Amino acid sequence: MNEQVIIMLLEGIRDTLYMTFGSVILGYALGLPMGILLYMSGEDGLKPKPVIYRILDLIINIVRSIPFLILLILLIPFTRLLVGQSYGSTATIVPLVICAAPYIARVVDNSFHEVDEGVIEAARAMGADNWQIVWKVLLVEARTSLLTGFTITTGVLLGYSAMSGTVGGGGLGDIAVRYGYYRWDTDIMVVTVILLIVIFQIIQNVGTKISQQSDKRKR
Amino acid sequence: MSIIEIRNLTKKFELDGHTITALDGIDLSIEKGDVFGIIGMSGAGKSTLVRSINYLETPTEGDVLIDGENLANLNEKQLRRMRSRIGMIFQNFNLLEQKNVLENVCFPLEVNGVKKKDARKRAKEVLQLVKLSEKEKAYPSQLSGGQQQRVAIARALATNPQILLCDEATSALDPQTTFSILSLLREINETLGITIVIITHQMSVVTEVCKKVAIIDGGRLAETGTVEKIFRNPESDAAKELISGKEIRFTPLSNLDTGRKIRIVFKENSAYEPVMANMILKLQAPVNILKADTRNVGGKAVGEMILGLPEGESIKADIISYLTERGISVTEDFENE
Repeated sequence: MNEQVIIMLLEGIRDTLYMTFGSVILGYALGLPMGILLYMSGEDGLKPKPVIYRILDLIINIVRSIPFLILLILLIPFTRLLVGQSYGSTATIVPLVICAAPYIARVVDNSFHEVDEGVIEAARAMGADNWQIVWKVLLVEARTSLLTGFTITTGVLLGYSAMSGTVGGGGLGDIAVRYGYYRWDTDIMVVTVILLIVIFQIIQNVGTKISQQSDKRKR
Repeated sequence: MSIIEIRNLTKKFELDGHTITALDGIDLSIEKGDVFGIIGMSGAGKSTLVRSINYLETPTEGDVLIDGENLANLNEKQLRRMRSRIGMIFQNFNLLEQKNVLENVCFPLEVNGVKKKDARKRAKEVLQLVKLSEKEKAYPSQLSGGQQQRVAIARALATNPQILLCDEATSALDPQTTFSILSLLREINETLGITIVIITHQMSVVTEVCKKVAIIDGGRLAETGTVEKIFRNPESDAAKELISGKEIRFTPLSNLDTGRKIRIVFKENSAYEPVMANMILKLQAPVNILKADTRNVGGKAVGEMILGLPEGESIKADIISYLTERGISVTEDFENE
């Protein structure tokens, strides 16, 4: 393997991490408030608002039912409007975030539902308002579950970022498609796949470790 | 003026198109400094009742007045401030599992806008009160049930409440731990003058600490009065059931085919004389002792017996008058089930 290929692979790793973490961070910036709203407005939430819940629920289901590759293509005009071009790593972050946010909202809502209702009731009995319950009870008590969700989401987005390679998304997936699919250069494709597996393993292991260490329940 | 005044409290729930009346026109006054028991079988509505006292449940009808203030007239913010004046503890303790003991006790203070430094100082004070100072860095999962309930009590007391609501607070604990938690509650009542409301299904909890008791049955108030009076002379079926029904589950009285049952209660002093033995010898009446028990009522030993009498109205009258003469209270035609 020559120097040029190694540089290309290193840049691929960089772009993949950039897309994955860029989209996971922006995805949470959008998805976490959505998840909180979903939980709060839900039937057994802190402040049930059936209309808001149903609208939110519908939007989330619609976006989640569109396969990522199609979403990627559907969003090209929007992406171009937002970042000026429809290819490359930065452009890929746009559909990744749109895809991730509803997923994150569901994961967050699910984590909040795992919190013991008695603890929420106790907080209410102590005079806490809904926002204090979100910040001081739900986000704290659901911490371990939220971190697990974060790890899973990051893994999913790593896979999706590689998928975006088929339409010129950049990163390791892009390299795999260009060399492996168009040029039949199997060696490079195998190397990119191995690199993706290694990155995935690292993300998963670090994430699991952090969420386990954050848990004060079993010691 | 009563510190807690409950007037015509009614709570209805809608469930699958049916209306369920959990509470039906409850009237109750709880005086300042009381230790007030609310007892009932499960499903009687007592949990809903205690949740109405701090408006965790909004009544369908009726009013709850705390210190003369009608909770129905408060806006959300005023209601939250009112709740911080009412502490509450629960069956499952409901501590924040991801926070240590000190942080848990600080929680209600921070929620009510107390500065972190002051909150920690106050939290340490109340932890000392419940004798758990050495555990302030521990997490709830590292503590026993009794210790967790002590933390919950400290947390409830942190904001200096006037009222402490206990919702089945000892139901998840073993008898010995129950006793120590109840002693702690009594101590809190005596030293801090906090009014305590205890919700329970166990008569032993009521007789151990409560001065007054209300019996809830099917969402209605069946009977209310001093613990001593209700224990000695229960009028409602629910009270009778709660006093003696629980302990006879091995041989339900209804299974014993004897129509002539009486319930007798004797105090400490009448226990010196072998009343039962003397009576049997004197009247030649072979009574059947169906159940016998002693309890600690307000620090005094009180004994209870349920007797099956031999046939004949005259022997029954003789037995009753013999026992009454010796200062023993007798309840006739006592039915449990």
